[in-house]
Amino acid sequence: MFHTMSNLYNPLRQLREFQRDVDRLLGRYAPASTRAGGFPPVNVYASNDGAVVTAELPGIDPESLDITAQASTLTVRGERTLETAGDESRTWHRQERAGGAFSRTFQLPFDVDSDKVSASYRNGVLTIRLERPESHKPRKIAVKTG
Amino acid sequence: MSDDKKQAMEKRQATLPEGVEQTRDRTLFVPPASIYETDDAVVVSADMPGVAAENVDITVEDNVLTLRGTSDDQAPEGMSLVYGEYETGDYHREFSLSSKIDVDGIEAKMDGGVLTLTLPKVQPSHRKIEVQASGA
Repeated sequence: MFHTMSNLYNPLRQLREFQRDVDRLLGRYAPASTRAGGFPPVNVYASNDGAVVTAELPGIDPESLDITAQASTLTVRGERTLETAGDESRTWHRQERAGGAFSRTFQLPFDVDSDKVSASYRNGVLTIRLERPESHKPRKIAVKTG
Repeated sequence: MSDDKKQAMEKRQATLPEGVEQTRDRTLFVPPASIYETDDAVVVSADMPGVAAENVDITVEDNVLTLRGTSDDQAPEGMSLVYGEYETGDYHREFSLSSKIDVDGIEAKMDGGVLTLTLPKVQPSHRKIEVQASGA
């Protein structure tokens, strides 16, 4: 059998592969806390009466957001505009914050009343409150005895 | 938004110096920041969603600028988390300053979870040194 030299002796590559395996073992590639599906990251909370969706969206104009709910689907669209490098008097040292247009659609655990959707924006966190239609709410059924 | 940008938006956990322990039982994040410089000032912006203006703490000590932010819990009462993509926590980041910053003139503004700091530069004073001839 023939092996090319690069396959046999490439300590750097082996080192990289080892590093990658270690990273994977330590969960560095997909830590549970940042299993992000896109921007903005969201959390969904639910109860029998409805759901609350929170999203971390710092520095946006809440008026520019487009939020629609239909049946069990929620869509949030918007754009995050950052100060750009356009101004020539500025020397940029670092830009870690990301901007741009975004759109995310979520499947909620149940149908919601599209007339009763409310949203608030506070300290860079968007909170969307959704209610279940009265007729869809789970009802506790009393079991008769005797 | 491109994949690298999404990557950049993921929260990065802060690492404290060795031997330093946290006193709050919350995850500590490094806020993503942007820094630019003009003729008069250095402007630092940091994303700290969930942090109210009164919960931001900015200190300058030995030319190290430290930003701290504590966020409020976002979980609504009486509801349980059914799907989670992010964790809430506090923020911590340090920057070393060049000595050319006028520390007393630093201004901070918190708007929509974005902290913007304006660090004015010390304006160099132009003084011409006269060389005196000894006349000898």
